[in-house]
Amino acid sequence: MMENLTIAERQQAMLLSGGLALVGLVLAIVGHGDAMGAHGWITLFFAGGLFFVVGNALYAPEPTLDRTTNYYDDPTKVGILLSLFWAVVAMGVGVWVAAQLAWPDFRFDAPWSSFGRIRPVHTSGVIFGFGGNALIATSYHVMQRTSRARLAGHVSPWFVLLGFNLFCIIAASGYLMGITQSKEYAEPEWYADIWLVIVWVTYFVLYMRTLARRNEPHIYVANWYYMAFILVVAVLHIVNNLAVPASFGAAKSYSAFSGVQDAMTQWWYGHNAVAFFLTAGFLGMLYYFLPKRAGRPIYSYRLSILSFWGIVFFYIWAGSHHLHYTAVPQWVQTLGMTFSVMLLVPSWASAGNALMTLNGAWGKVRDDATLRFMMVAAVFYGLSTFEGSFMAIRAVNSLSHYTDWTIGHVHAGAMGWVALITFGSIYAVVPILWRREGMYSPKLVEWHFWLALSGTVIYVFAMWNSGIIQGLMWRTYTESGTLAYSFTDSLVAMHPYYVARTIGGAFFLSGAIIGAFNVIMTIRKVREDTPELDYPTKSEAGEPAVPAAE
Amino acid sequence: MTILHLLIPVTLVMGLTGLGAFFWSLRNRQYEDLEGDAERILHDDNDTPMPPRKETIR
Repeated sequence: MMENLTIAERQQAMLLSGGLALVGLVLAIVGHGDAMGAHGWITLFFAGGLFFVVGNALYAPEPTLDRTTNYYDDPTKVGILLSLFWAVVAMGVGVWVAAQLAWPDFRFDAPWSSFGRIRPVHTSGVIFGFGGNALIATSYHVMQRTSRARLAGHVSPWFVLLGFNLFCIIAASGYLMGITQSKEYAEPEWYADIWLVIVWVTYFVLYMRTLARRNEPHIYVANWYYMAFILVVAVLHIVNNLAVPASFGAAKSYSAFSGVQDAMTQWWYGHNAVAFFLTAGFLGMLYYFLPKRAGRPIYSYRLSILSFWGIVFFYIWAGSHHLHYTAVPQWVQTLGMTFSVMLLVPSWASAGNALMTLNGAWGKVRDDATLRFMMVAAVFYGLSTFEGSFMAIRAVNSLSHYTDWTIGHVHAGAMGWVALITFGSIYAVVPILWRREGMYSPKLVEWHFWLALSGTVIYVFAMWNSGIIQGLMWRTYTESGTLAYSFTDSLVAMHPYYVARTIGGAFFLSGAIIGAFNVIMTIRKVREDTPELDYPTKSEAGEPAVPAAE
Repeated sequence: MTILHLLIPVTLVMGLTGLGAFFWSLRNRQYEDLEGDAERILHDDNDTPMPPRKETIR
């Protein structure tokens, strides 16, 4: 890794990590006696470790070849591995959380292992740890390839990737210590939020600078999706996390807004995080890796651009559908509902576009589990966006809200769409990045695919059933006008579905473990694909799954 | 709902940014050859960047 950096860049990296280590030390001193102090120590060790790793290799030989003849893939590689690491950890915690709901004894009576603390470890771990690292890594890959230009800079890609992972570590460890600002998907406290802003602005600048260097006049549509993801997430994050720390020596802060105002801000953030973190970014992945893997251009490129602008202009207004039947004014709820229904158009345009691209290549979908991951992801994208629009309708929401149906819907999107497109993209990109002949074991990819698909189906069906039963039980009245079932009755009815959910999650987790193993074995065991010509890098054309004859 | 005094302007600015980006893409002839644009990502046999343009060499 270090041989691709010049001495000046290594010094710059040392300066940055040294500075960050000092910030960690200050946090540790000021936050002494508070959980913030622990975060100071974590930052100090993280940045100090980096400082020594770089410092150790400071005077190692400098790069000899002209670096501009190659793409800069080192940060991408590390990002893919980090993403798989977080996948295994966070999905493991997810199975544990699910098991706690079915069998509460799995709490083991420790404060840190209570449901309220480990559930955000699961959600942040999969969304930011697994999804975020995969987005950063693939965005580095896609922006370089589609621009036919090398990344702009050698230190800033590392700063973004590692800085983001420091944020993830601070978030997850904070939840276990009881630090939260109680905003879903935005739980970390003020100092972590400020750090993420710095990282994220650097990411945006890096993306824009690389695009500015492009040798291809046209900006490929995937880049627009990635750019929207980076820019909108920055704005959402800043507005929703506006808060006043109770003291600069402790983690606790108070939101700048209160009551229903705060709820509105939170769901304006929350739904747009679904839109621009969990949708736009992953659509960028889909629009690059699916045509690449299938070896054919996107069915209608025009439609892909139209759906991009559709998503950009419709999504922002949909958040208030999370607050039906609350103190939020009726017209705001109706606005959210209307835009949610309108969103079906660009969403299905993307899903249909992806499937039509594969029309005529079904033989490849049958034979290649990697492409099948992407195909099924597109199907689940279509399914869960339809379900989302449907659930946003106020009358449907009166049944579905506060029930497990919501959990089922979220996981149809998160497992079926986000995770499957990510795994498909990882399997497509790993042999290219490490210049390998192919994956270590196509059979294990096949196993992963079926475990992931069956796990998702078991999970989602269990939650649909339990959610609708729950919703119906809560609204059933006796003849005398009292509620027919107590809350405990509905809880007892949930038990079999909670067991099924744990099993579905365990299937999905074992698939992810197999995937991580397969990737590591590919890097360690598979023969390097030796170039036929004297190119500094190797042709992708020799890859079996991307036949040149197409 | 005083929060809307913040959220609506923020959202409108985001929308206008998007609109600006869209007009930029129109003016910079991003949509002249859509078939070619979709095809070209498939042709990078060497997986190497093109030599940098003059103005970016530092």
